[in-house]
Amino acid sequence: MTKSIEEINLKIRDGNAIVVTAEEMPDIVSELGEEGALREVDVVTTGTFGAMCSSGAFLNFGHADPPIRMERIWLNDVEAYAGIAAVDAYIGATQESTTEGSKYGGAHVIEDLVSGRQIELRAISKGTDCYPRRTITTELLLEDLNQAVMVNPRNAYQSYNAVINRSDRTLNTYMGMLLSNQGNISYSGAGLLSPLANDPTFNLIGSGVPLFLGGGEGVIVGEGTQSSPSNGFGTLMVSGDLNSMNPDYLRAASFTGYGVSLYVGLGIALPMLNVDTVKNCAVRDEDLITAIVDYGTPRRDRPVVRTVSYAELKSGHVEIDGELVRTSSMSSYSHARQVAHELKSLVEAGSFTVALPTRRINTGKRSHPMRETRQTPRIREIMNPAVVTITEDESVKTAARKLLKGETNHLPVIDLQGKLVGIITTYDVSKSVLLKGDSLKVSEIMSKKVVVVTPDEPVDVAAQRLEHHNISALPVVDSEFHVIGILNAVDLGKLFSRRWQP
Amino acid sequence: MKLFLTIQRDVLKRPLISQVVLETGVMINVERAHIDSNEGWVLIDVPENEEARISSRLTELGVQVKKLENAVVHDEHECVECGACLSICPQEVFSFDQEFHLVIKEERCILCGQCVCACPHQALSIRQ
Ligand code: SF4
Ligand code: SF4
Repeated sequence: MTKSIEEINLKIRDGNAIVVTAEEMPDIVSELGEEGALREVDVVTTGTFGAMCSSGAFLNFGHADPPIRMERIWLNDVEAYAGIAAVDAYIGATQESTTEGSKYGGAHVIEDLVSGRQIELRAISKGTDCYPRRTITTELLLEDLNQAVMVNPRNAYQSYNAVINRSDRTLNTYMGMLLSNQGNISYSGAGLLSPLANDPTFNLIGSGVPLFLGGGEGVIVGEGTQSSPSNGFGTLMVSGDLNSMNPDYLRAASFTGYGVSLYVGLGIALPMLNVDTVKNCAVRDEDLITAIVDYGTPRRDRPVVRTVSYAELKSGHVEIDGELVRTSSMSSYSHARQVAHELKSLVEAGSFTVALPTRRINTGKRSHPMRETRQTPRIREIMNPAVVTITEDESVKTAARKLLKGETNHLPVIDLQGKLVGIITTYDVSKSVLLKGDSLKVSEIMSKKVVVVTPDEPVDVAAQRLEHHNISALPVVDSEFHVIGILNAVDLGKLFSRRWQP
Repeated sequence: MKLFLTIQRDVLKRPLISQVVLETGVMINVERAHIDSNEGWVLIDVPENEEARISSRLTELGVQVKKLENAVVHDEHECVECGACLSICPQEVFSFDQEFHLVIKEERCILCGQCVCACPHQALSIRQ
């Protein structure tokens, strides 16, 4: 048996369509079988509600008098991209305020507009013969704009890695707070309710398909940026009118130590055309597997700790190395449900019809990493190889002499085998001399916890490490823990200021 | 039940809590403490039915005692029930019910403040 899209839409318009949510579908299929479920169910609604950083909106403000060709625009002090002719801008969700930093950003501007709050526009221009005006400041409501079109380049991820932190420091990430030493696991996505989890082959989801977006009706533009369906990480580019949206389904967020994001409620109604579409919608959380990766490694390719199902993630605990680790979701399951239910009511009421893609999404695509023609400098290139060291048995007096002569503030301390065992600074030495005279040995005053770098790490990693530990130099060690150089914050600072010169 | 004790400099040196434990025979759990040269505060947990006895004895000894209620404040309008707070709270104050709605057992809170910065929607704060 098969059903046509026209048949289903006819039923929807007549108010006779049978609509269920993707959460209800697995049990229906178990009970009635695939054929039975196909006969019974016309539409399955999906939903997700989570942080979708890659979101934003095109805004058209109309012309001022005298007219201005706005070159740079700030909305409530958040810069919007204005390189698209005179009176348009794109406000991106993650752009941060110039005055409030990560507490307020593009996502908040969008939420404020949709909530009916007034925003302030400031813009500047160099002035031209046709657009003489150079500055403008005005207050605007959403209704004052000619168009306010949300266009989100990358939403509705098909699946998303869960994350853990095996380092010894708490990390603040876009996946929330990650406690040290695998203290918790963070994940995102609605599992069996997620739109793409119910159509992994992109038979029903593609360009031109209507969707529920931020409380209003939108449309799928097509393949999202970074989309990689061939390995299960497909994404969608979606669009919708901000005027139709509702702040219940668009919520600005601010992640400590990371920045701003926009929580978007998004749902797709899937027509049940044949047994394959039914099968796909029978997916359960137990079947949806993702990887738990270690964010303690600050590189692109992060180690996978284990794989896990959404059922386990949602249970609140996942076992890692024989220990139960608590989980946190970044997306909201109760709100994802609300999206699926709201969409179900819209279809049942006959006000939301379904459509097939006008253009299919390429399911063979795999996104690749950035091509880098210039490698970021490695520690080896900027470290000082002429490092002065001291052995642990030498006296504090010798240390003082070495510090003076070497014109350095840090002395890595080594043992007889040449291995790093500690570090002393000018401060440690002066303190010791003042309090105890110069009778002590280096090993008695050194700090044994030394933060180090290895020669092949990128310099950016060293910069983060210096900042986190609030220190000004890092001994560089090889795999045997022999000191082969020292990296000074000053040298690093010089490098970064040079790198960012336009 | 949690009690927030503020201790002034003049009484700070005395082993007050041990004294009250010995006198009353009630087990007191010290959950957090902060003491500097001028003043100190201690967060203790005592059995509900012994609260009155402990409080009055501590007050006699010159300690300012405040019952800790509704310590962590939750803004329902801002909260989206994501669950970011669930795994980072050392006291397991937050959990989900069967329907994935947030449940808060605020009586367990020890005011560590971790959830305040972990909530992406700024829905949590600590009552001073
Ligand atoms: S982290 Fe904040 S928004 Fe998320 S459930 Fe907890 S209180 Fe609500
Ligand atoms: S303040 Fe600390 S103990 Fe209290 S709820 Fe927040 S995280 Fe839990």
